[in-house]
Amino acid sequence: MRDVAVVGFAQRQMKEFEGSPTCVELLVPIFAELFEQTGWTKSDIGFWCSGSSDYLAGRAFSFVSAVDAIGAFPPVAESHVEMDAAWALYEAWLKIQTGEVDTALVYGFGKSSAGVLRRTLALQLDPYTMTPLWPDTVSIAALQARLGLEGGHWTEKDLAAVAQRSLADAADNPYAIRSGKEGVDELLARPLYADPLHKHDCSPVTDGAAAIIIAAKDHLPTTAERPAWISGFAHSVDQADLGSRDLSGSPSARRAAISANVGGAPIDVAELHAPFSHQELILRKELGLDDSVSINPSGGALTANPMFSAGLIRIGEAAKQIWSGDAQRTLGHATSGPALQQNLVCVMEANR
Amino acid sequence: MSKQRAAVVGIGQTHHRAKRDDLSIAGVCREAIDRALLDANMTFDDIDAIVVGKAPDLFEGVMMPELYMAEALGAVGKPLLRVHTAGSVGGSTAIVAASLVQAGVHKRVLTVAFEKQSESNAMWALSVPVPFIMPVHAGAGGYFAPHVRAYIRRSGAPTHIGAMVAAKDRQNALKNPYAHLHNEGTTVETVLASQMLWDPIRYDETCPSSDGACALVIADEDTAKAYSNPAWIHATAMRSEPTTASGRDQVNPLAGQAAAAALWKQAGITSPIDEIDCAEIYVPFSWFEPMWMENLGFADQGTGWKLTEAGETAIGGRIPVNMSGGVLSSNPIGASGMLRFAEAAMQVRGMAGEHQVDGARKALGHAYGGGSQFFATWVVGAEVPA
Repeated sequence: MRDVAVVGFAQRQMKEFEGSPTCVELLVPIFAELFEQTGWTKSDIGFWCSGSSDYLAGRAFSFVSAVDAIGAFPPVAESHVEMDAAWALYEAWLKIQTGEVDTALVYGFGKSSAGVLRRTLALQLDPYTMTPLWPDTVSIAALQARLGLEGGHWTEKDLAAVAQRSLADAADNPYAIRSGKEGVDELLARPLYADPLHKHDCSPVTDGAAAIIIAAKDHLPTTAERPAWISGFAHSVDQADLGSRDLSGSPSARRAAISANVGGAPIDVAELHAPFSHQELILRKELGLDDSVSINPSGGALTANPMFSAGLIRIGEAAKQIWSGDAQRTLGHATSGPALQQNLVCVMEANR
Repeated sequence: MSKQRAAVVGIGQTHHRAKRDDLSIAGVCREAIDRALLDANMTFDDIDAIVVGKAPDLFEGVMMPELYMAEALGAVGKPLLRVHTAGSVGGSTAIVAASLVQAGVHKRVLTVAFEKQSESNAMWALSVPVPFIMPVHAGAGGYFAPHVRAYIRRSGAPTHIGAMVAAKDRQNALKNPYAHLHNEGTTVETVLASQMLWDPIRYDETCPSSDGACALVIADEDTAKAYSNPAWIHATAMRSEPTTASGRDQVNPLAGQAAAAALWKQAGITSPIDEIDCAEIYVPFSWFEPMWMENLGFADQGTGWKLTEAGETAIGGRIPVNMSGGVLSSNPIGASGMLRFAEAAMQVRGMAGEHQVDGARKALGHAYGGGSQFFATWVVGAEVPA
């Protein structure tokens, strides 16, 4: 395997953004920020890969106009996944592993505020048997939370504690669209939103975009003083059918963690893509993260969840912890599909 | 650090039809997958990862259908990637699947690309207006007709060239049991007599809307060596450019030229027309055959039509093109690119049946998408690459 590191990260997360729904206008300043961080230009990038969703945009080929943001003339080597951009990062990492290229810029974008997100995501279910019933994301998450409560896996107080910590941590994140100083009891006193979940247990509908630059050893930008070396990178999927899996767990998250060797050495910081409070608890268990691990210092997805870039942002936030010297070994996680169906884990380290 | 070798050891495709109402979306994929696994003599247990490709989700009306299909695709418990690069996606998906092996991450990868166009309406799915961008409310034909017109003007090609391509591809399709269109008696005259749709593109010069899928099993060198006739992947290349840019040439796009240049270099090919035995290229409208022959470097600018006119692109000609009947005879959009890649692999494995090119040892698979802006290409060969 070639040694590859995360060396650039930029993001925008907002409640809603005005202007071009093509996202081109949002990506241009993000790319500029990355070029400023690395001192690079477009011609230093060997491969481009993006993640987005046509259904979020409500039209076919939404990623096509995003290519305009690259200024891809003359042409570039480029690809796209209809997934969170964390998986686009995986494809880019593969491309560097083949030896064909040495550097890559990966981006994801989405304007969730353009539609009714919880209803749009119902279209991910079985189109013949499930979608006609329109079970929406929040309701499915509530069923999952209820199963965990009744199975003794967590209490309502546990969920509130996750939300409380996330909201408090988000105060330091300029991109978070939600934060707060309420205590656990105050949160529990709030009205229920989708029993047993409160609104603060559910990630907010968020627009946004993010981008990351990765580079192979010997091709790092001179600005990368303490690169975040990728030491483990893996993903896995479970079946979609909600009735045939134990929703209080996530076997695919567990498998991804094993493949990425999460347990090989202590993790200092983990950024988990958990759009619902109880999902953080599932992930901590499945990824084998004990109480010594600092979880989601950015505030996590409960405080901003831009679809199709939120997973990539977790990897970027985890990389930043290494760049700053605050951590030696960190983990970024992304999820996709109903009730943690598909999961990706990226482990990064300061030492190589 | 060099690329690991990889080869295609299993190929499967569906019988393409306007409407496969006997199968669900997952069922279409399984028909192709089951044939590919049978061909490779493997089961799902042998597969390390799954890579899925299709064109826009609006074509079936399901958001990220690979999620609901995870179990049907044999992906549960494994990594699953979903690629989407417009019309070139079938080709890009095969390339991403190959890179999983070439990166040394996995040994046996199953890849499938599909479209079940009858579940929805592709024409409408493509016609949602995009704010601030000029509208093209006439489907793909309306978008590409001006490029064809420009090609004819620039090259001075006689106007029957498009009909020659259509007649050839429809005749080739008669030899392919999986092809959607089996139109007996298609000739240059019958094509020229068909209705004008988007001048200069006539009805018989366009592709059908199909339901269908294509699947490949791609394996690492050690695995592939155990097979009698693997199709070795000699080179892959993808290039993209914006839909509109000042100075962009949509008749002979730079991205296509750049992909071809990178491909030939990687494959060690200096004269494509002499070193490639046959080519499956993405021709959804007949005139794209001469256009892409130039774009790919098989002919000099303005002369691609001469290869067609001289019959050199027919089976038995100097450079047979679209032996399977091509996109003109079957177009399950998301799968169309992979079908081109698969046909190239079938040819070098000597498994193309009645549409086999005698002695094919090196073949090109090609796909394009968007407004002629995304290109995916590969060269496969009967010999282990140098």
